[in-house]
Amino acid sequence: MNASGKRLTLILLMAPLLIWLVALIVIPHMEILYVSLREKVGVREYEFGFANYMVFFNEPLYWNTFMRTAVMSILATALTLLIGFPVSYYIAKLTRGRSKTILFLLCLIPFWVSELVRTYGWMILLRESGLVSGFLQYIGLASEPIEFLYNDAAIMVGLVYTSMLFMVVPLVTTLDSLDDSMIEAAYDLGGGGVSVWREIVIPHAMPGIVSGCIIVFMLSLGNYLTPILLGGKDSLWFTGLIYSQFITRFNWELGAAFGMLLLVLSSTIVWAGLKLSGQTLTRTVGR
Amino acid sequence: MIPTIRQSPLFRWTYRAYVLAFFVYLALPLAVVCVFAFNDSLFPSLPWQGFTWDWFIGTERPRLGVFNERPIIRSIWTSAFVAVWVAILSVAVGTTNAFLFVRHNFRFKNGLYVLMLLPLVIPGIILGISILVASNTLANNLEDATGMWFDSLRPGLPLVILGQFSFIATFATLVISARLEKFDRSLEEAALNLGATPLGAVWAITIPFLFPAIAGATVVAILMSFENFNTTLMLVGSDAPLTITMFDRLKEGSTPVLNAVSLLLMVASAALGLVSLLLQGRKT
Amino acid sequence: MAEAVNDLDCRDISKNFAAFKAVRDVTFSVPPGTFFSILGPSGCGKTTLLRMIAGFLEPTSGDLLIKGRSMLDVPPNKRPVSMVFQHLALFPMMNVGANIGFGLRRRGVAKAEIAKRVEAVLERVGLPGAGPRGVDELSGGQKQRVAIARCMVLEPDVLLLDEPLGALDLKLREHMKIELKQLQWEFNTTFVYITHDQSEALVMSDQIAVMNHGVFEQVGTARDLYYNPETAFVAGFVGESNRFAGKVEEAGGGTLKVRTPSGLPLMGTAAAGSLAVGDAVDVFVRPEAVRLSPTSEGVAGQPNVSSGLVDSVLFNGANSRVLIRDAATGGEIDVALPQTGEFHSLKRDDPIHIGWDTAQTLCFAAAGEGS
Repeated sequence: MNASGKRLTLILLMAPLLIWLVALIVIPHMEILYVSLREKVGVREYEFGFANYMVFFNEPLYWNTFMRTAVMSILATALTLLIGFPVSYYIAKLTRGRSKTILFLLCLIPFWVSELVRTYGWMILLRESGLVSGFLQYIGLASEPIEFLYNDAAIMVGLVYTSMLFMVVPLVTTLDSLDDSMIEAAYDLGGGGVSVWREIVIPHAMPGIVSGCIIVFMLSLGNYLTPILLGGKDSLWFTGLIYSQFITRFNWELGAAFGMLLLVLSSTIVWAGLKLSGQTLTRTVGR
Repeated sequence: MIPTIRQSPLFRWTYRAYVLAFFVYLALPLAVVCVFAFNDSLFPSLPWQGFTWDWFIGTERPRLGVFNERPIIRSIWTSAFVAVWVAILSVAVGTTNAFLFVRHNFRFKNGLYVLMLLPLVIPGIILGISILVASNTLANNLEDATGMWFDSLRPGLPLVILGQFSFIATFATLVISARLEKFDRSLEEAALNLGATPLGAVWAITIPFLFPAIAGATVVAILMSFENFNTTLMLVGSDAPLTITMFDRLKEGSTPVLNAVSLLLMVASAALGLVSLLLQGRKT
Repeated sequence: MAEAVNDLDCRDISKNFAAFKAVRDVTFSVPPGTFFSILGPSGCGKTTLLRMIAGFLEPTSGDLLIKGRSMLDVPPNKRPVSMVFQHLALFPMMNVGANIGFGLRRRGVAKAEIAKRVEAVLERVGLPGAGPRGVDELSGGQKQRVAIARCMVLEPDVLLLDEPLGALDLKLREHMKIELKQLQWEFNTTFVYITHDQSEALVMSDQIAVMNHGVFEQVGTARDLYYNPETAFVAGFVGESNRFAGKVEEAGGGTLKVRTPSGLPLMGTAAAGSLAVGDAVDVFVRPEAVRLSPTSEGVAGQPNVSSGLVDSVLFNGANSRVLIRDAATGGEIDVALPQTGEFHSLKRDDPIHIGWDTAQTLCFAAAGEGS
């Protein structure tokens, strides 16, 4: 191929990428940044300013909801990691061949199903007339129906459940690449359970832990369904505020400011996670 | 902690019990959704009233089955329409991106690659509102300038398709790139050597090699599109895809017809998932 | 004689995997300071045996003693043995110093002391000051030495080596053979080395056990195995051999007369056990035991003589060979090409005469080893 032909190929291949990224990612994000920075002073009359952000900082409800969303997301990430790690380790290191494939697939299956259906399942389990309540009454631990829905614990159960896949897959992949002989060598040199875990297994799994945590955190932060359905109308999740500003109150300026704040929080945590662990985005989510 | 290191039986059994409990936790919500699709009661909850097919084939309110529930059937078609478009767009762009990133070197390549990955770490709801705001601005400006109406830039299916495409394209790019990286360039060179044109060589050799990844990416795109809620919620107009319809029903409280829809969705996703696994399996 | 305690004793060790008997009643002892190799083809059970010594597998039966103490109930992290793994298993998340210090840290040795000992052992393996380097920055040979240093710093009673040279390229492997032997000599520690590569075993070992199908065929020095193999397997596995099948026609005075199915008569020696007329035997003749001559007079007086045409000359420097097609039987005989200059011009289809001695013609009963 000659030089001009090569150039033409490059341009033709570049075009779809640039159209996609510029039209659907870059411009829209600049647009919400722009909208978030304008103040409504009259009908279709705007001025530049930080008023929308000031509203956020001056209204404790908004501010608290923001912090609450962040803290609950971090908690959900930590819980997902704690629950998912032993299972990932079991699949990666303690099973072989066929049973490994089957267990791994069993982990994936729930996530081929819509998040809505999964959340619906939890509603059937947890509500007052639900299975958990019914079971507790049946075995005599409760004398009347108990409502397990519409509280923070229910949100947490749903978030952890919904995020599990994104933790287990990277963990199983990285743990799988840990050669058994590393663990054997560590034992052979006198290591015990804890030290092998701390010095060999966890450092090796770090890239998987980081990418799992980043994705789980981001998904929890941006989740809308789970907090609304399991936490009830007053669940105070930040995405709920964005939705109500945009759709119910039609205050796009404030909604855009909230959106920017969520984006900044999410990006900061992703960036910090990458920096702390010395990973890059390309290596973590780019596989 | 590997099979060759002896552990106490207590530890081993505790560990196994934990893993078992984990899988019960995974299966439980899905199992109850399925089971209650057959409960002969107006509410998807205890007590168990006996087995029925009504929530699939019932013809009269309140026992209207999925197959006779017009709004749900319509939203399934809407979802399918969206999913097909999203899959076509994502796979097409994903394929060109794969060739671009795997085969070419150019300035700002790394920067563009990171930009390409970003949609994965942007919350879906933000993608939704940003596209909503941008398309709205564009529509307003165009309407002011021309005096015509641009309905397709207002919330509705075209925006839903674009919104979902904006991040599903990244997945398609990653899946197809991974496969293209494993391609042995000398096969193409051999085809050129035997007299093929460059494009002919790509068409005859490389694209068939990529087929499992392309098919896999299509399945993934369809599944993700069907499941998507956050981005869709912000961009949806009067025609609601299935997830939105179900969400509205869920908030109101509904008959087990929702369980029946969910069961059908699960069966369909599982079938698609299996197809994708089989296609992935052919890779090796 | 007051016997010194052996570093390692295996007594009737067996290991079954379901119905498969990987190791069958193996008994051996390794005195202190010995370089002991276990040589065998892949699947012979040598890795299983080594992993039982290290503690990663439990013997089905038998006992295993290190310095006279039974190890059966001792977990791998408490055994006074260290292992160099096949792919070395250096920890990529740690630098060289941290790798070597790993075992010492587990023993609770003070930090300063660890640093001192790590540097000392690095010096002994010829890598002074390499502590802060990353594992990935090392060459193949350096990695090897770090892996050995990581074990030796713990002063184990026995060092186990699981084919550590397998992953190296040929040239480095040749070099490392010598280096390993020197390291063993310097540390004066017992090495138990498993390999399928006979030249590694022959060059380095004080004692070699040849293992096949889960049993030790023969234990001895390199010379023993090469010159006095006790079984057909050892004769065939250690070094190169021409191999003939045949039947004993005459037996007496330690000499056997054997005839091959194609009619070639061979005069040989019974290497193990007694053989009687009519027994089926396998006969082994080393390529370098065969004398070449352009004329029949040159091999006159040899008990075994034959003639044929040169089929091909496989030139490989000092290890050059000639393949000779036997005139009488059409069989092929592999002969080492003497490098004395006499045969430099030898080429395909040249007529040639060969002859060899009775003592160099080893006969084994053909029953057991079919392969």
